[in-house]
Amino acid sequence: MLIDGPKQGNVIPDGFNPNYLKVYYGRLFPHADIFKWMSYGNDGRHPACDKSYFGRREFSFTLDNDIYLRFQSFNSESELENSIKEKCPSKIDIGPVYSVDPAKRHAYAQGGDNVFAPVERELIFDIDITDYDDVRYCCSGADVCLECWPLMTVAIKVIDTALRDDFGFDHILWVYSGRRGVHCWVCDGKARRLTNEQRGAIADYFRVYKGNENSNKKVSFPGPLHPFLVRSYTEVLREFFEEKLLLSQNLFSTEERYEKILSMIPDESVTSELRGKWQENRRSSNSKEDINFFRWEQLKNTLQSGKQKVQGLRRCVEEIVFAFTYPRLDMEVSKHRNHLLKAPFCVHPKTGRVCIPIDPKDCEEFDPTTVPTLSELLRELNTGDSRMDVDNEWEKTSLGKSIRFFRSSFLQPLLKSCKEEMESGYKAKIQQTKNSLSW
Amino acid sequence: MEIVRSQRSRTNTPNDSVSTLPLYRYAPQLEVRLEDFEVFAMDRLRVLKGISDALARGKRPEEMENLVRDLWKANMRHPEASEDVNKDIISHFVLRLVYCRTEDLRKWFLSMETALYRYRFLLGSSEAKRALMEEFDLPCKAISRTEFENAKEKLEQVARSFDQPLPTADAIFYKVPFEEVPELVAGRRVYIHKGHAYVAMHQVVSLVVTQFRSNLSKALILTNRKWTSTIREQERDRLTPIVEALSMSYLGPDYSQTKEFGEISIKDLDQLARSSFPLCMRHLFDKLREDHHLKHGGRMQLGLFLKGVGLRMEDALAFWKAEFSQKVGAERFDKEYAYSIRHNYGKEGKRTDYTPYSCQKIISSTPGVGDHHGCPYRHFSEENLRAALGRMGVGSRAMEDVVDKVRNRHYQLACTLTFEAVHSSSCDAGINHPNQYFSDSHKILQPKNNNAA
Repeated sequence: MLIDGPKQGNVIPDGFNPNYLKVYYGRLFPHADIFKWMSYGNDGRHPACDKSYFGRREFSFTLDNDIYLRFQSFNSESELENSIKEKCPSKIDIGPVYSVDPAKRHAYAQGGDNVFAPVERELIFDIDITDYDDVRYCCSGADVCLECWPLMTVAIKVIDTALRDDFGFDHILWVYSGRRGVHCWVCDGKARRLTNEQRGAIADYFRVYKGNENSNKKVSFPGPLHPFLVRSYTEVLREFFEEKLLLSQNLFSTEERYEKILSMIPDESVTSELRGKWQENRRSSNSKEDINFFRWEQLKNTLQSGKQKVQGLRRCVEEIVFAFTYPRLDMEVSKHRNHLLKAPFCVHPKTGRVCIPIDPKDCEEFDPTTVPTLSELLRELNTGDSRMDVDNEWEKTSLGKSIRFFRSSFLQPLLKSCKEEMESGYKAKIQQTKNSLSW
Repeated sequence: MEIVRSQRSRTNTPNDSVSTLPLYRYAPQLEVRLEDFEVFAMDRLRVLKGISDALARGKRPEEMENLVRDLWKANMRHPEASEDVNKDIISHFVLRLVYCRTEDLRKWFLSMETALYRYRFLLGSSEAKRALMEEFDLPCKAISRTEFENAKEKLEQVARSFDQPLPTADAIFYKVPFEEVPELVAGRRVYIHKGHAYVAMHQVVSLVVTQFRSNLSKALILTNRKWTSTIREQERDRLTPIVEALSMSYLGPDYSQTKEFGEISIKDLDQLARSSFPLCMRHLFDKLREDHHLKHGGRMQLGLFLKGVGLRMEDALAFWKAEFSQKVGAERFDKEYAYSIRHNYGKEGKRTDYTPYSCQKIISSTPGVGDHHGCPYRHFSEENLRAALGRMGVGSRAMEDVVDKVRNRHYQLACTLTFEAVHSSSCDAGINHPNQYFSDSHKILQPKNNNAA
């Protein structure tokens, strides 16, 4: 490992390997921040603190040789940090807070009533761009580029707004998953205490895209739209579809592509009319105007011309826009409290990129192709100012920006709110005891 | 049930016993005759079973309301009208004893009692509804005029989205924390703002039902504890035999204990898939053979079905491995997939022997992108369904009947008709479980096979 090597010949080849990880966990990974986050204010300083809280949280480690260690738990920051440094997991997952320390679970899994059970867990969402493969033509599978990444941006905007305005949540962390998607952690106390049924309800509230290759129409609006969908459409989706996606994905440029859109229109007379126009018009007379834009306008005009009395066509335009742009969530991830999710600031083994937070207010600026990689960070460490304070080596690197953002935008407001909740809960309890003592 | 003759007289109930909904908070302080103990419970069980069957057949809410009214009238009337309420309460508590004893029993009882409560609530008058709301001590507050004006546009949008009349100026809306009305949230049937859902009067049932369900769920756990610790032993010669007999009668086989265990081998699978698998499993099976892969939902649905059919774990591992290695390689199969197959057979983790999914469970699942599980009668487009049925050998006449059932959302009836068409024999019981389809099919075809051999 060339840490003490000459500054000019800073040769750290790209890639991902256990040696790099060791340095990462040794000098850059923000153990203390993760610990503070997961403690949710139970740092022992307030009389209302629950000292067992952090120790009841499950972590899981994926080790280099694909060995998977579940139900890891730690009683202090140093235990967590030492275990990570020692085991050097290629992936760290965070699970729920259980009723008892996961290490002791076997002592409790007896009898019909399973006393070892999750009691708190963040409300989480996982959006993966491979779920959009049927509507993106630039990439497929694990690839991602700047043409299709905006689909993730749009998903963040729609979901984030709903979580805050509709559900009233405040402490939301969006994280780049390292390769092809984003994760969302909702950390308000109320969110952490939601039951599986309530989580399922929220996931269903967000669900619009239904079906798979066996059904034609994946988005169907039998009636006028709910206010949440109206807002998503007018504030985010329509503009994105008409001004970005149409062009970047060339949605109407070939017969195969426009046929896919035509299959979403349940009316033969409309589709054959449009097909007729497009098959003839290989070169549109308006050659300045982009063909995608032109054909979309034609489609809208035909559908909304008022000639169409057929019920199923009333909201066809919206259905098409939603089918292409509306967020597609992994329902199972959100519904179950015991679902594990990768921790922020892990490094993705296939890309070497760090899972850094994304600012939802600035998500349009996020570029997955410029996210710091492990090898880049190590290079920066080497070339950075060696006089700097050892405690904050990440400040010398591009990771600094992300950690600072994590702290100021998310962690500090969260901890402040936890303390306030703890304080008011404590005061209420004291008052209650006083009341019950009095006659 | 402890019996003490009560001095308190119960208020006389009006003849329409449906409108008086008890809260079932505490076991009644009444004297109950032993024969009534059993008879009342069986009458109520008939109502619950009727509800269970109707739900499995996909009946619409309006149909359910009528059904509940009729079932209740037919079974829960007492010769002395004033005793109706007591019969209601007693039968409920007896059934709590019967259905508290295992997770599966509790789940079933909870679902059916909740459904029963919901429809009885809906059948009540607005006055009755309002009174019950107060009894329940729900965390909801009627919104003020100003709040209504501010939210009016959004409330109208919600009403329109469900073809409901627009809220009038004097409409009552309740503001409730969203987590109290999960079903309304899930269906986007309410306007939500800053964590509060705006619930219309006619939706208030959701609040009541959620609370009812939650209370009953907790009560069942407590009842179970009491049963196992004291009652069962104490009542060994009197109530316990009655209680145990009552629970056997109404749940039907769950196919977790396979009778034909070991009779099905891998080489039989292709042929069996063609002849005896219901469409949902055949689709999964064909896709597995085609893509050499299935996503998690499909692996669970098909894997557990095969277990119920009698595929031994070793054979299951060999079968899945043979398919998956063609896509992901043998090594990756062993690392990533073998564990969960063993898990399904109860050989890993918390060692639960998982039961194959029933139609109800399969119909209610939500296949997404790349998934092939769920009920094809529900999720396939008509075109694809016709093609699939054609491949199964369903003739054109039967196909129209099947498609008609699907259009009316009677998915299990559609599957039953398919069964009847493919086997040229009737299936009176109706299909409720894929493994039932398989074993019924096997029964019909086996003797033929034996004769041929």
